[in-house]
Amino acid sequence: MTTDVHATSFGLPHRKLAMWVFIGSECMFFGSLIATYLAYEDRSLVGPTPAEILNIPLTSVSTFVLLMSSLAMVLFLDGVQRNARTTAVAWNAAVIGLGGLFLAGQAYEFRHFYHEGLTLQQNLFGATFFVLTGFHGAHVTVGVIWMTALLVLQVLGRLGPERSLDVEVAGLYWHFVDVVWIVIFTLVYLIQ
Amino acid sequence: MSTAVIGHGSIYAGGLRSWLTTVDHKRIGVLYALTALFYLVVGGIEALVIRLQLAQAEAGIVGPDTFNQLFTMHGTTMVFLVLMPLAAAMFNFLIPLQIGARDVAFPRLNAFSYWTFLFGGLLLNASFLFGQAPDAGWFGYANLTSKQYSPGMGIDFWLLSLQVLGIASIASAVNFTTTILNMRAPGMSLMRMPLFTWMSFVTQVLMLLAFPAVTVGLIFLMFDRFFGTHFYMPSAGGTPILWQHLFWIFGHPEVYILILPSFGIVSDVLPTFARKPLFGRPFVIFSGIAIGFLGFGVWSHHMFATGMGPVADSAFSIGTFLIAIPTGVKIFNWIGTLWGGHIVFKTPLLFAVGMVALFIIGGLSGIMHGSPPIDIQQHDTYFVVAHLHYVFFGGTLFGLFAGIHYWWPKVTGRMLGEGLGKLSFWIMFIGMNLTFFPMHFLGLDGMPRRIYTYAADSGWETWNQVETIGAFVIAVAVLVFFVNAVRSLRAGEPASDDPWDAATLEWTMSSPPPEYNFARIPAVNSARPFWLHKYGPTRDTSTHVQDEGTPAQSPEPGERIDLPSPSFWPLIASLGLASAAAGALVGLWAVLLGVAVLVIGVFAWALQPLERPGHPIFGEGGR
Amino acid sequence: MGLAGCGLSDDATIRPISDFGRQTQALYETVFWWTLGIFVVVELLLVFALWRYRRRVNDPEVPEQIHGHTWLEIGWTLAPAVILLAIAIPTMSTIFRQQAPPPIDALQVTAVGHQWWWEFIYPDLGFTTANEIHVPRGRTVNLTLTSGDVIHSFWVPRLGGKRDLNPGSENTIVFTADSVGVFEGQCAEFCGTSHANMRMKLFVDEPSDFEAWANLQARPARPDSAGYQTFLASGCAACHAIDGTPAQGKVGPNLTHFGSRSTFASGLLPNEREPLAGWLRNPDSVKPGALMPDLNLSEARLSSLLRLLEGLR
Repeated sequence: MTTDVHATSFGLPHRKLAMWVFIGSECMFFGSLIATYLAYEDRSLVGPTPAEILNIPLTSVSTFVLLMSSLAMVLFLDGVQRNARTTAVAWNAAVIGLGGLFLAGQAYEFRHFYHEGLTLQQNLFGATFFVLTGFHGAHVTVGVIWMTALLVLQVLGRLGPERSLDVEVAGLYWHFVDVVWIVIFTLVYLIQ
Repeated sequence: MSTAVIGHGSIYAGGLRSWLTTVDHKRIGVLYALTALFYLVVGGIEALVIRLQLAQAEAGIVGPDTFNQLFTMHGTTMVFLVLMPLAAAMFNFLIPLQIGARDVAFPRLNAFSYWTFLFGGLLLNASFLFGQAPDAGWFGYANLTSKQYSPGMGIDFWLLSLQVLGIASIASAVNFTTTILNMRAPGMSLMRMPLFTWMSFVTQVLMLLAFPAVTVGLIFLMFDRFFGTHFYMPSAGGTPILWQHLFWIFGHPEVYILILPSFGIVSDVLPTFARKPLFGRPFVIFSGIAIGFLGFGVWSHHMFATGMGPVADSAFSIGTFLIAIPTGVKIFNWIGTLWGGHIVFKTPLLFAVGMVALFIIGGLSGIMHGSPPIDIQQHDTYFVVAHLHYVFFGGTLFGLFAGIHYWWPKVTGRMLGEGLGKLSFWIMFIGMNLTFFPMHFLGLDGMPRRIYTYAADSGWETWNQVETIGAFVIAVAVLVFFVNAVRSLRAGEPASDDPWDAATLEWTMSSPPPEYNFARIPAVNSARPFWLHKYGPTRDTSTHVQDEGTPAQSPEPGERIDLPSPSFWPLIASLGLASAAAGALVGLWAVLLGVAVLVIGVFAWALQPLERPGHPIFGEGGR
Repeated sequence: MGLAGCGLSDDATIRPISDFGRQTQALYETVFWWTLGIFVVVELLLVFALWRYRRRVNDPEVPEQIHGHTWLEIGWTLAPAVILLAIAIPTMSTIFRQQAPPPIDALQVTAVGHQWWWEFIYPDLGFTTANEIHVPRGRTVNLTLTSGDVIHSFWVPRLGGKRDLNPGSENTIVFTADSVGVFEGQCAEFCGTSHANMRMKLFVDEPSDFEAWANLQARPARPDSAGYQTFLASGCAACHAIDGTPAQGKVGPNLTHFGSRSTFASGLLPNEREPLAGWLRNPDSVKPGALMPDLNLSEARLSSLLRLLEGLR
């Protein structure tokens, strides 16, 4: 069988290997976005500037929220592997909730910036900031949808330990998206 | 035996529905090949019109707007719709066979990649229907591509279809990387993989890491054109040079993506027809890896005229020279493979040797380009057009034709005609040199690229006329190939399992292979498993290694084999993706509709089991 | 170098007329002979192997199954590396020599690229002209390059290599021309519809001739008064400047001494009555996409403008 785990010459199941490979590609994707942000950091001709508009305390909270969602993800996987269904459902819901909270924070931030005059078109900071964090947010959104699909499967009783690989692969994606945020938070918010 | 290629019992039998829902790597390979050969004709016609216009000074065959669309589409088509998918056709058909697998790791993702490629190509060419094909070159430099300087829809068609094509490539790269790493037969260590698979593996890694850069570049272009950002606009502090960096960070690895599969084909074909192993096999493998790796460090050698400063110029120049070393290693090892052999002069060998001979020329002009002071004379002139056609046509396409003629019996179960094959080779070789060698002179003489006409007193007309004649000679060669192909499919000599007396696993089974490929997954204990099975173990005095053979196959499966079942969902998902991209030209509602179809397709696909009851089962309990 | 044999013309790159061009040519000749040598040796080896080792009737079933030869591998890795070093070292020194800063007394010229014509500004000498650039023989020129719209590239093949004109930034070419003459040039970065038509001429003058030319260019114009009235009435001043009059349009070429140029429409046509009339009647038919509109000139206005332009010497 093409999906037989035992037959793999590299030792990893196909889906897990594929996710790692995809993550490698995504590193180049986010790397290009981040490199452009850094290259254009001092080139805006008009304001608002990062120093004027970025809210470090608020974003630190949403960073913490996202980090906690990764913890919830680990516990979700553990619950599925141990066949502890209630636990697994709870932590799955937590990932969704925390991810959703992160996205809500980002939506609030974007709206606030828009009202302060920072738009996509306003200056290079607006363009690079919104495209970078926007695509990251889109990745989080895909993750939340994915987690919701897994939650539905769980509720229907179709996500037992024999399918823990599916959760593990989703977890890899989720953790990657979290790591990208750490890098963005550091380079965009903390180091100005 | 008159088994028609697609008659009853053939692995290609079945109606339209079976082809639309196929997830079989062999069928998908054939789909890629047919589509790519169609686009070869389209891109070739574009070239012929270009050459007609340039045959005379101040000609009026086409005006500048049409000409600019033609050279843009010719380049974009040949790179993305011909050379890459022809290689993809071979990845698809051959990699599972060469590594001893029954299919790829993700059969439905494989189908998705094909359909997405097809729709991307159709979207790009749909621009012609609106009379607005893209016209800013295949490399689309900002800020010419901005809304201000390119107000029509051409650039929008271009950037949207390239995004779609990029997704097809990345999906394919994830698939084949996983397949090659995970699905090799027992005993097939990485160093025992055939060279075609090896070079294709490096190619997949390059695709994974290079495409994202152009994806980001295209996203910025899309945002500038659709949403009013200023990524590439100096008026807001941006710079069009950002595009050049992002494009070439993709663009340079892209040329290695284009050449490495052909290097791999030649490395498999030459040993077969010399009847001895690939000389310096580990060195050929490692030089391919080195080329892939170094290829990420030289992108700005396309930018020596932009004024990066002497330090950057020097750094990228040194990197460019370095790549010449592993490239030379390969060429010498190919000669070493032929040396001392019993060379059999069949069509695949001719194309493979032609590839080496022509690539040497392209590689040498490449070394000239690697020196910035020389390059700033040659850059953006016909000297570069000569170089790129020697490496893409003489290198990549000749290599692909070697592969087409080599593996044709395995894919179709028929032989191509040797007479017509050799004829098509010689006509193509002559035509290619007639068309592209004089371009070196024109470049030295001051003729820039991408010009729809030139002054009558420039002195450039004579060579241009020669080149136009050469282009039509090439067209004749391609025609001869198509005649050969059609004759073979209709009434060609049936092919045995192993018509060339070759060394690798794909030749151990019938031509074409059964749907399940291998009756039993072989255990492999050398890099030339089939050769040693036929000729016995050898003790090689140069390496003192005792190679063992690989046991023979029994024709019928001993155990039950379940194959992946056909599915509509990859096609649906792909349709949704392409519609969303095309929808950007229409309005938000169209984009959202496309995304909805994509999401439904993806969910249905994820929830559908890969193997379902009712699909043919082989072995005990089945056929 | 077998000029005639390769069909190369008077304006070929391999006949440089400046220090900048000669440095490149010297490097090119070095690399050319190396690559020619490598080509001959490697292709001969290939062809020889094919001839010598073709399968013969009496050959055994398989030839000797040689896998490789480590010393050969080392040899043909190191030998190319040494050759490349012989190419890289002069390359590096030429790069730094060509991009060294200019002397303080260099002649300053600025080229601004436009779709599809060349603006040449002589800031220290106080004038602006278009499409024909003059420099004195034997004096170093610091040519600054930028663009007013998209990326162009300044290339006079006999002068030397090309350099891009980027909007929003500046590049430079520092050169000293050593031969008097007129040399063809052309834009070498695809810039839109009439990229092929964006040509120019480089005039290398004896220093005394250059001085005369520069003095002429710096003088304000004394335009034919009737012609000038037609010029204003036709709206030409919106785009074109004639120094010494209120007409100071910056969109199109400066016309102050238009009459003294040998060609016009960025080198496409000789500066004579008939071609000029054709251009004024319908610019797009001469240079497709040209930003100069069809002014629907009456024949009377046309003759008036022609008299104006011919008089702007």
